[in-house]
Amino acid sequence: MEHYIQTPLNREDILRLKIGDIVYINGEIFTARDEAHMRAIEFMSEGKELPVEFNRGVVYHCGPLMKMEGGKWVAVSAGPTTSARMNKLAPKILEKVEVMAIIGKGGMSREVIEALKGKGVYLAYTGGAGALAAQTIKKVKAHHWEDLGMPEAIWIFEVENFGPLIVGIDAHGNSLYEGINKEVEENFKKIIESL
Amino acid sequence: MVEYEQVVNTVYDLFYRAETSLSEDVVRALKNAYENEENPVAKSNLEAILKNIDASGKLKVPMCQDTGLPVIFVDIGRELCIDFDLKGAIIEGVKKATKEIPLRPNAVHPLTRKNPGNNIGMHIPQINVDLVEGDSLKLTVMPKGGGSENVSAMKMMLPSQVDQIPKFVVEVVKNAGGKPCPPIFLGIGIGSTFDGAAKLAKKALLRDVSVMDEYETKILEAVNKLGIGPMGLGGDITALAVLVELGHCHTASLPVAVNIQCWANRKASAILK
Repeated sequence: MEHYIQTPLNREDILRLKIGDIVYINGEIFTARDEAHMRAIEFMSEGKELPVEFNRGVVYHCGPLMKMEGGKWVAVSAGPTTSARMNKLAPKILEKVEVMAIIGKGGMSREVIEALKGKGVYLAYTGGAGALAAQTIKKVKAHHWEDLGMPEAIWIFEVENFGPLIVGIDAHGNSLYEGINKEVEENFKKIIESL
Repeated sequence: MVEYEQVVNTVYDLFYRAETSLSEDVVRALKNAYENEENPVAKSNLEAILKNIDASGKLKVPMCQDTGLPVIFVDIGRELCIDFDLKGAIIEGVKKATKEIPLRPNAVHPLTRKNPGNNIGMHIPQINVDLVEGDSLKLTVMPKGGGSENVSAMKMMLPSQVDQIPKFVVEVVKNAGGKPCPPIFLGIGIGSTFDGAAKLAKKALLRDVSVMDEYETKILEAVNKLGIGPMGLGGDITALAVLVELGHCHTASLPVAVNIQCWANRKASAILK
Protein backbone atom coordinates (compact mmCIF):
# COMPACT_ATOMS: atom_id res chain seq x y z
CA MET A 1 0.00 0.00 0.00
CA GLU A 2 1.19 3.53 -0.79
CA HIS A 3 0.96 6.48 1.63
CA TYR A 4 1.78 10.16 1.17
CA ILE A 5 2.63 11.66 4.56
CA GLN A 6 2.81 15.32 5.45
CA THR A 7 5.00 16.75 8.23
CA PRO A 8 4.74 17.60 11.12
CA LEU A 9 3.63 14.01 11.70
CA ASN A 10 0.28 12.92 13.05
CA ARG A 11 0.18 9.86 15.30
CA GLU A 12 -2.75 8.33 13.37
CA ASP A 13 -0.84 8.50 10.08
CA ILE A 14 2.09 6.68 11.66
CA LEU A 15 0.07 4.00 13.47
CA ARG A 16 -1.63 3.10 10.18
CA LEU A 17 1.60 2.06 8.48
CA LYS A 18 2.48 -1.62 8.10
CA ILE A 19 5.81 -3.25 7.26
CA GLY A 20 6.32 -3.47 3.52
CA ASP A 21 4.14 -0.41 2.81
CA ILE A 22 5.53 2.31 0.55
CA VAL A 23 5.73 5.87 1.90
CA TYR A 24 6.48 9.28 0.37
CA ILE A 25 7.16 12.25 2.66
CA ASN A 26 6.18 15.84 1.98
CA GLY A 27 7.27 18.75 4.14
CA GLU A 28 10.34 18.91 6.34
CA ILE A 29 12.94 16.33 7.35
CA PHE A 30 16.28 16.83 9.12
CA THR A 31 19.54 14.88 9.07
CA ALA A 32 21.20 13.47 12.19
CA ARG A 33 24.01 10.95 12.45
CA ASP A 34 26.15 9.69 15.35
CA GLU A 35 27.53 13.06 16.51
CA ALA A 36 24.23 14.98 16.26
CA HIS A 37 22.45 12.21 18.19
CA MET A 38 25.06 12.32 20.94
CA ARG A 39 24.83 16.08 21.25
CA ALA A 40 21.03 16.08 21.15
CA ILE A 41 20.93 13.54 23.98
CA GLU A 42 23.39 15.64 25.97
CA PHE A 43 21.26 18.78 25.40
CA MET A 44 18.10 16.89 26.40
CA SER A 45 19.64 15.66 29.65
CA GLU A 46 20.86 19.16 30.49
CA GLY A 47 17.50 20.72 29.58
CA LYS A 48 19.07 22.86 26.84
CA GLU A 49 17.01 24.01 23.88
CA LEU A 50 17.47 21.99 20.68
CA PRO A 51 17.71 23.62 17.24
CA VAL A 52 15.21 21.12 15.81
CA GLU A 53 11.96 19.58 17.00
CA PHE A 54 12.26 15.80 17.28
CA ASN A 55 8.64 15.45 18.38
CA ARG A 56 6.42 14.98 15.29
CA GLY A 57 9.62 15.18 13.25
CA VAL A 58 11.29 13.02 10.63
CA VAL A 59 14.91 12.18 11.43
CA TYR A 60 16.99 11.27 8.41
CA HIS A 61 20.12 9.16 9.01
CA CYS A 62 22.15 10.95 6.38
CA GLY A 63 25.41 12.80 6.05
CA PRO A 64 24.72 14.81 2.93
CA LEU A 65 27.18 16.17 0.41
CA MET A 66 26.38 19.89 0.34
CA LYS A 67 27.53 22.75 -1.88
CA MET A 68 27.26 26.51 -1.51
CA GLU A 69 25.74 27.93 -4.72
CA GLY A 70 25.03 31.62 -5.12
CA GLY A 71 25.11 32.15 -1.36
CA LYS A 72 22.70 29.27 -0.69
CA TRP A 73 23.33 25.69 0.43
CA VAL A 74 22.28 22.99 -2.04
CA ALA A 75 22.10 19.24 -1.41
CA VAL A 76 24.25 17.61 -4.11
CA SER A 77 23.94 13.99 -3.00
CA ALA A 78 21.98 12.88 0.05
CA GLY A 79 21.23 9.18 0.44
CA PRO A 80 20.83 7.34 3.76
CA THR A 81 23.62 6.12 6.04
CA THR A 82 23.74 2.85 8.05
CA SER A 83 21.14 3.20 10.79
CA ALA A 84 22.53 0.43 13.03
CA ARG A 85 25.21 2.85 14.28
CA MET A 86 22.41 4.76 16.02
CA ASN A 87 20.93 1.64 17.71
CA LYS A 88 22.02 2.70 21.20
CA LEU A 89 21.28 6.38 20.63
CA ALA A 90 17.82 6.43 19.02
CA PRO A 91 15.91 4.97 22.02
CA LYS A 92 17.16 7.83 24.22
CA ILE A 93 15.55 10.31 21.85
CA LEU A 94 12.42 8.24 21.24
CA GLU A 95 11.61 8.18 24.96
CA LYS A 96 11.28 11.98 24.88
CA VAL A 97 8.83 12.21 21.96
CA GLU A 98 5.21 11.32 21.28
CA VAL A 99 5.58 10.62 17.58
CA MET A 100 8.57 10.40 15.26
CA ALA A 101 9.77 8.74 12.07
CA ILE A 102 13.28 7.63 11.18
CA ILE A 103 14.59 7.30 7.62
CA GLY A 104 17.73 5.24 7.08
CA LYS A 105 19.12 2.06 5.64
CA GLY A 106 19.90 -1.43 6.88
CA GLY A 107 17.35 -1.58 9.73
CA MET A 108 17.67 -1.18 13.51
CA SER A 109 17.85 -3.35 16.64
CA ARG A 110 15.13 -4.92 18.80
CA GLU A 111 15.74 -2.15 21.36
CA VAL A 112 14.75 0.42 18.73
CA ILE A 113 11.77 -1.67 17.59
CA GLU A 114 10.53 -1.61 21.21
CA ALA A 115 11.19 2.13 21.53
CA LEU A 116 9.16 2.80 18.35
CA LYS A 117 6.08 0.97 19.65
CA GLY A 118 2.98 3.15 19.66
CA LYS A 119 4.85 6.23 18.43
CA GLY A 120 7.10 5.75 15.46
CA VAL A 121 8.24 3.95 12.34
CA TYR A 122 11.48 3.18 10.58
CA LEU A 123 11.49 3.88 6.85
CA ALA A 124 14.09 2.32 4.56
CA TYR A 125 15.53 4.23 1.62
CA THR A 126 17.81 2.69 -1.00
CA GLY A 127 21.37 3.02 0.23
CA GLY A 128 23.70 4.95 -2.01
CA ALA A 129 20.88 6.56 -3.98
CA GLY A 130 22.24 10.01 -3.16
CA ALA A 131 21.74 11.70 -6.52
CA LEU A 132 18.15 10.45 -6.70
CA ALA A 133 17.37 11.65 -3.16
CA ALA A 134 18.83 15.09 -3.83
CA GLN A 135 16.33 15.60 -6.64
CA THR A 136 13.42 15.51 -4.19
CA ILE A 137 15.06 17.98 -1.81
CA LYS A 138 13.52 21.26 -2.88
CA LYS A 139 15.18 23.58 -0.40
CA VAL A 140 17.76 23.61 2.38
CA LYS A 141 15.92 25.46 5.14
CA ALA A 142 18.69 25.71 7.72
CA HIS A 143 21.64 23.92 9.23
CA HIS A 144 22.92 23.64 12.78
CA TRP A 145 25.95 22.42 14.70
CA GLU A 146 28.27 23.15 11.78
CA ASP A 147 31.26 22.53 14.07
CA LEU A 148 30.53 18.80 13.79
CA GLY A 149 31.57 18.91 10.12
CA MET A 150 29.44 18.64 6.97
CA PRO A 151 28.36 14.98 7.32
CA GLU A 152 27.60 15.15 11.05
CA ALA A 153 25.84 18.53 11.20
CA ILE A 154 22.04 18.84 11.27
CA TRP A 155 20.59 19.89 7.89
CA ILE A 156 16.90 20.75 7.55
CA PHE A 157 15.44 19.90 4.14
CA GLU A 158 12.15 20.76 2.53
CA VAL A 159 11.17 17.68 0.51
CA GLU A 160 8.60 16.80 -2.09
CA ASN A 161 7.50 13.18 -2.44
CA PHE A 162 10.66 11.98 -0.73
CA GLY A 163 10.81 8.25 -1.46
CA PRO A 164 9.89 5.54 -2.27
CA LEU A 165 10.51 4.56 1.35
CA ILE A 166 9.69 1.05 2.56
CA VAL A 167 8.26 0.65 6.07
CA GLY A 168 10.98 -1.53 7.63
CA ILE A 169 9.72 -1.29 11.22
CA ASP A 170 6.15 -0.32 12.11
CA ALA A 171 4.75 1.15 15.33
CA HIS A 172 3.42 -2.23 16.47
CA GLY A 173 6.68 -4.12 17.05
CA ASN A 174 7.01 -5.64 13.57
CA SER A 175 10.25 -5.56 11.61
CA LEU A 176 10.80 -6.60 8.03
CA TYR A 177 14.47 -7.11 8.88
CA GLU A 178 13.87 -9.49 11.79
CA GLY A 179 11.95 -11.90 9.57
CA ILE A 180 14.66 -11.79 6.92
CA ASN A 181 17.47 -12.11 9.48
CA LYS A 182 15.83 -15.25 10.87
CA GLU A 183 15.69 -16.78 7.40
CA VAL A 184 19.30 -15.75 6.74
CA GLU A 185 20.42 -17.50 9.97
CA GLU A 186 18.64 -20.69 8.91
CA ASN A 187 20.09 -20.49 5.40
CA PHE A 188 23.54 -19.92 6.91
CA LYS A 189 23.39 -23.18 8.87
CA LYS A 190 22.46 -25.09 5.72
CA ILE A 191 25.23 -23.45 3.65
CA ILE A 192 27.87 -24.24 6.30
CA GLU A 193 26.86 -27.90 6.31
CA SER A 194 27.04 -28.10 2.52
CA LEU A 195 30.47 -26.43 2.18
CA MET B 1 57.73 13.05 -19.33
CA VAL B 2 55.16 13.10 -16.52
CA GLU B 3 54.70 16.45 -14.79
CA TYR B 4 53.31 17.70 -11.48
CA GLU B 5 50.27 19.50 -12.93
CA GLN B 6 49.40 16.50 -15.06
CA VAL B 7 49.20 14.29 -11.94
CA VAL B 8 47.08 16.87 -10.07
CA ASN B 9 44.59 17.10 -12.93
CA THR B 10 44.54 13.36 -13.58
CA VAL B 11 43.72 12.61 -9.91
CA TYR B 12 40.90 15.17 -10.12
CA ASP B 13 39.58 13.68 -13.39
CA LEU B 14 39.70 10.14 -12.02
CA PHE B 15 37.70 11.10 -8.94
CA TYR B 16 35.18 12.90 -11.12
CA ARG B 17 34.81 9.84 -13.32
CA ALA B 18 34.61 7.36 -10.39
CA GLU B 19 32.06 9.43 -8.44
CA THR B 20 29.67 10.13 -11.31
CA SER B 21 29.79 6.89 -13.30
CA LEU B 22 30.49 3.21 -12.75
CA SER B 23 32.69 1.10 -14.98
CA GLU B 24 30.97 -0.98 -17.64
CA ASP B 25 31.53 -4.33 -15.87
CA VAL B 26 29.88 -3.04 -12.68
CA VAL B 27 26.88 -1.53 -14.49
CA ARG B 28 26.39 -4.77 -16.41
CA ALA B 29 26.42 -6.79 -13.17
CA LEU B 30 23.77 -4.49 -11.65
CA LYS B 31 21.56 -4.64 -14.76
CA ASN B 32 21.78 -8.44 -14.81
CA ALA B 33 20.79 -8.50 -11.14
CA TYR B 34 17.76 -6.29 -11.86
CA GLU B 35 16.69 -8.58 -14.70
CA ASN B 36 17.15 -11.80 -12.71
CA GLU B 37 15.80 -10.74 -9.29
CA GLU B 38 12.26 -11.96 -8.64
CA ASN B 39 11.57 -10.55 -5.17
CA PRO B 40 9.53 -7.30 -5.75
CA VAL B 41 11.08 -5.29 -2.87
CA ALA B 42 14.54 -6.34 -4.05
CA LYS B 43 13.69 -5.40 -7.63
CA SER B 44 12.44 -1.95 -6.60
CA ASN B 45 15.72 -1.31 -4.76
CA LEU B 46 17.74 -2.40 -7.80
CA GLU B 47 15.60 -0.14 -9.96
CA ALA B 48 16.34 2.81 -7.64
CA ILE B 49 20.06 2.00 -7.87
CA LEU B 50 19.97 2.00 -11.69
CA LYS B 51 17.91 5.21 -11.80
CA ASN B 52 20.38 6.78 -9.37
CA ILE B 53 23.38 5.89 -11.54
CA ASP B 54 21.57 7.46 -14.47
CA ALA B 55 20.73 10.64 -12.50
CA SER B 56 24.31 10.91 -11.27
CA GLY B 57 25.71 10.79 -14.80
CA LYS B 58 23.15 13.22 -16.21
CA LEU B 59 23.36 15.75 -13.37
CA LYS B 60 27.13 15.30 -13.07
CA VAL B 61 26.91 14.85 -9.29
CA PRO B 62 28.35 12.08 -7.09
CA MET B 63 26.01 9.06 -7.12
CA CYS B 64 26.38 8.56 -3.36
CA GLN B 65 26.74 11.22 -0.68
CA ASP B 66 29.43 9.02 0.87
CA THR B 67 32.03 9.95 -1.69
CA GLY B 68 34.43 7.68 0.17
CA LEU B 69 37.84 7.90 1.70
CA PRO B 70 40.48 8.60 -0.98
CA VAL B 71 42.39 5.38 -1.68
CA ILE B 72 44.93 5.63 -4.49
CA PHE B 73 47.06 3.03 -6.24
CA VAL B 74 50.21 4.12 -8.04
CA ASP B 75 52.11 1.78 -10.35
CA ILE B 76 55.51 3.20 -11.23
CA GLY B 77 57.29 1.78 -14.27
CA ARG B 78 60.98 1.01 -13.72
CA GLU B 79 62.08 3.11 -16.69
CA LEU B 80 60.10 6.16 -15.59
CA CYS B 81 61.92 9.13 -14.13
CA ILE B 82 60.00 11.31 -11.69
CA ASP B 83 61.70 14.52 -10.65
CA PHE B 84 58.88 16.20 -8.72
CA ASP B 85 56.88 15.72 -5.53
CA LEU B 86 54.53 12.90 -6.63
CA LYS B 87 52.91 12.57 -3.21
CA GLY B 88 52.32 16.33 -3.09
CA ALA B 89 50.72 16.24 -6.54
CA ILE B 90 48.32 13.45 -5.50
CA ILE B 91 47.37 15.37 -2.34
CA GLU B 92 46.76 18.49 -4.43
CA GLY B 93 44.54 16.46 -6.78
CA VAL B 94 42.46 15.18 -3.86
CA LYS B 95 42.10 18.73 -2.48
CA LYS B 96 40.99 19.99 -5.89
CA ALA B 97 38.50 17.11 -6.29
CA THR B 98 37.07 17.71 -2.81
CA LYS B 99 36.54 21.39 -3.50
CA GLU B 100 35.43 21.36 -7.12
CA ILE B 101 33.42 18.16 -7.76
CA PRO B 102 32.70 18.48 -4.76
CA LEU B 103 33.40 15.48 -2.50
CA ARG B 104 32.11 15.19 1.03
CA PRO B 105 34.91 15.84 3.50
CA ASN B 106 35.06 12.40 5.10
CA ALA B 107 38.51 12.22 6.66
CA VAL B 108 38.51 12.99 10.40
CA HIS B 109 41.06 12.66 13.23
CA PRO B 110 40.49 9.16 14.68
CA LEU B 111 40.30 10.28 18.31
CA THR B 112 39.12 13.90 18.39
CA ARG B 113 36.87 13.28 15.30
CA LYS B 114 37.80 16.79 14.08
CA ASN B 115 37.21 17.23 10.35
CA PRO B 116 39.86 19.26 8.48
CA GLY B 117 37.32 19.67 5.65
CA ASN B 118 39.50 18.71 2.69
CA ASN B 119 39.94 14.91 2.86
CA ILE B 120 43.61 15.36 3.73
CA GLY B 121 45.11 14.06 6.97
CA MET B 122 47.52 11.60 8.54
CA HIS B 123 48.08 8.81 5.93
CA ILE B 124 45.15 10.17 3.90
CA PRO B 125 44.91 10.04 0.93
CA GLN B 126 46.05 6.48 1.31
CA ILE B 127 48.71 5.97 -1.37
CA ASN B 128 49.69 2.44 -2.34
CA VAL B 129 52.80 2.22 -4.48
CA ASP B 130 53.77 -0.71 -6.65
CA LEU B 131 56.94 -0.99 -8.71
CA VAL B 132 56.23 -2.45 -12.15
CA GLU B 133 57.80 -2.95 -15.57
CA GLY B 134 57.54 -0.29 -18.29
CA ASP B 135 57.97 3.46 -18.62
CA SER B 136 54.60 4.75 -17.49
CA LEU B 137 52.78 5.90 -14.36
CA LYS B 138 49.42 4.26 -13.70
CA LEU B 139 47.10 6.08 -11.31
CA THR B 140 43.99 4.38 -9.94
CA VAL B 141 41.51 5.92 -7.54
CA MET B 142 39.09 3.97 -5.40
CA PRO B 143 36.81 6.19 -3.30
CA LYS B 144 35.90 3.73 -0.53
CA GLY B 145 32.63 4.09 1.36
CA GLY B 146 32.46 3.75 5.14
CA GLY B 147 29.43 1.49 5.45
CA SER B 148 30.98 -1.39 3.55
CA GLU B 149 34.42 -0.86 5.08
CA ASN B 150 32.91 -1.09 8.61
CA VAL B 151 31.69 -4.64 8.08
CA SER B 152 34.84 -5.95 6.40
CA ALA B 153 36.81 -8.48 8.43
CA MET B 154 40.10 -10.36 8.61
CA LYS B 155 41.13 -13.52 10.40
CA MET B 156 44.47 -15.19 11.01
CA MET B 157 43.36 -18.73 10.19
CA LEU B 158 45.39 -21.89 10.74
CA PRO B 159 47.28 -23.66 7.93
CA SER B 160 44.98 -26.65 8.57
CA GLN B 161 41.89 -24.52 7.84
CA VAL B 162 42.28 -23.93 4.09
CA ASP B 163 38.95 -25.66 3.44
CA GLN B 164 37.26 -23.40 6.01
CA ILE B 165 37.93 -20.20 4.04
CA PRO B 166 34.58 -20.17 2.14
CA LYS B 167 32.72 -20.63 5.46
CA PHE B 168 34.54 -17.65 6.97
CA VAL B 169 33.59 -15.52 3.94
CA VAL B 170 29.91 -16.54 4.14
CA GLU B 171 29.92 -15.76 7.88
CA VAL B 172 31.37 -12.28 7.29
CA VAL B 173 28.65 -11.56 4.72
CA LYS B 174 25.94 -12.92 7.02
CA ASN B 175 27.12 -10.67 9.86
CA ALA B 176 27.24 -7.67 7.53
CA GLY B 177 23.57 -8.17 6.55
CA GLY B 178 22.07 -5.09 4.92
CA LYS B 179 24.66 -2.67 6.34
CA PRO B 180 27.10 -2.51 3.40
CA CYS B 181 24.43 -1.60 0.79
CA PRO B 182 24.05 -4.94 -0.99
CA PRO B 183 24.27 -6.20 -3.68
CA ILE B 184 27.94 -6.21 -2.72
CA PHE B 185 31.27 -7.09 -4.28
CA LEU B 186 33.71 -9.16 -2.24
CA GLY B 187 37.45 -8.59 -2.41
CA ILE B 188 39.25 -11.44 -0.70
CA GLY B 189 42.93 -11.56 0.14
CA ILE B 190 44.35 -14.95 1.04
CA GLY B 191 47.92 -15.28 2.27
CA SER B 192 50.70 -12.69 2.59
CA THR B 193 50.92 -11.09 6.05
CA PHE B 194 48.36 -9.61 8.47
CA ASP B 195 48.33 -6.28 6.63
CA GLY B 196 49.23 -7.80 3.27
CA ALA B 197 46.05 -9.90 3.13
CA ALA B 198 43.93 -6.78 3.67
CA LYS B 199 45.82 -4.99 0.90
CA LEU B 200 45.27 -7.91 -1.49
CA ALA B 201 41.56 -7.90 -0.63
CA LYS B 202 41.29 -4.22 -1.50
CA LYS B 203 43.29 -4.61 -4.71
CA ALA B 204 41.06 -7.51 -5.77
CA LEU B 205 38.13 -5.07 -5.94
CA LEU B 206 39.84 -3.28 -8.83
CA ARG B 207 39.47 -6.31 -11.09
CA ASP B 208 36.89 -6.77 -13.87
CA VAL B 209 33.92 -8.11 -11.89
CA SER B 210 32.66 -10.24 -14.79
CA VAL B 211 35.65 -12.59 -14.74
CA MET B 212 35.64 -15.21 -11.97
CA ASP B 213 37.31 -18.61 -11.65
CA GLU B 214 35.77 -21.79 -10.26
CA TYR B 215 36.79 -21.12 -6.65
CA GLU B 216 35.38 -17.58 -6.74
CA THR B 217 32.15 -18.76 -8.40
CA LYS B 218 31.67 -21.42 -5.74
CA ILE B 219 31.97 -18.84 -2.94
CA LEU B 220 29.61 -16.46 -4.78
CA GLU B 221 26.96 -19.17 -5.09
CA ALA B 222 27.24 -19.99 -1.39
CA VAL B 223 26.95 -16.31 -0.39
CA ASN B 224 23.86 -15.84 -2.56
CA LYS B 225 22.06 -18.67 -0.78
CA LEU B 226 21.96 -16.45 2.34
CA GLY B 227 18.94 -14.50 1.07
CA ILE B 228 20.03 -11.10 2.45
CA GLY B 229 19.17 -9.45 -0.87
CA PRO B 230 19.50 -5.83 -2.01
CA MET B 231 19.62 -3.49 1.02
CA GLY B 232 19.09 -6.45 3.36
CA LEU B 233 15.38 -6.60 2.58
CA GLY B 234 15.54 -10.14 1.21
CA GLY B 235 16.18 -11.51 -2.26
CA ASP B 236 18.24 -13.88 -4.33
CA ILE B 237 21.09 -11.52 -5.08
CA THR B 238 23.29 -10.49 -2.15
CA ALA B 239 26.64 -10.38 -3.94
CA LEU B 240 27.53 -9.72 -7.56
CA ALA B 241 31.12 -10.94 -7.61
CA VAL B 242 33.79 -12.63 -5.51
CA LEU B 243 37.33 -11.64 -6.39
CA VAL B 244 40.23 -13.46 -4.76
CA GLU B 245 43.88 -12.44 -4.75
CA LEU B 246 46.57 -14.74 -3.40
CA GLY B 247 49.95 -14.09 -1.78
CA HIS B 248 52.57 -16.47 -0.44
CA CYS B 249 52.47 -16.59 3.34
CA HIS B 250 54.47 -17.87 6.30
CA THR B 251 54.32 -21.67 6.64
CA ALA B 252 52.70 -21.17 10.07
CA SER B 253 50.05 -18.72 8.83
CA LEU B 254 46.89 -18.40 6.77
CA PRO B 255 45.78 -14.75 6.80
CA VAL B 256 42.35 -14.18 5.19
CA ALA B 257 40.85 -10.74 4.65
CA VAL B 258 37.39 -9.97 3.29
CA ASN B 259 36.95 -6.42 2.03
CA ILE B 260 33.30 -5.69 1.36
CA GLN B 261 32.41 -3.19 -1.34
CA CYS B 262 28.94 -1.66 -1.76
CA TRP B 263 27.07 -1.81 -5.09
CA ALA B 264 28.81 1.47 -5.97
CA ASN B 265 32.10 -0.23 -6.77
CA ARG B 266 33.81 3.00 -7.78
CA LYS B 267 37.17 2.77 -9.52
CA ALA B 268 38.96 4.67 -12.28
CA SER B 269 42.44 4.47 -13.78
CA ALA B 270 44.67 6.42 -16.13
CA ILE B 271 48.10 5.79 -17.59
CA LEU B 272 50.56 8.69 -17.91
CA LYS B 273 53.81 8.69 -19.83
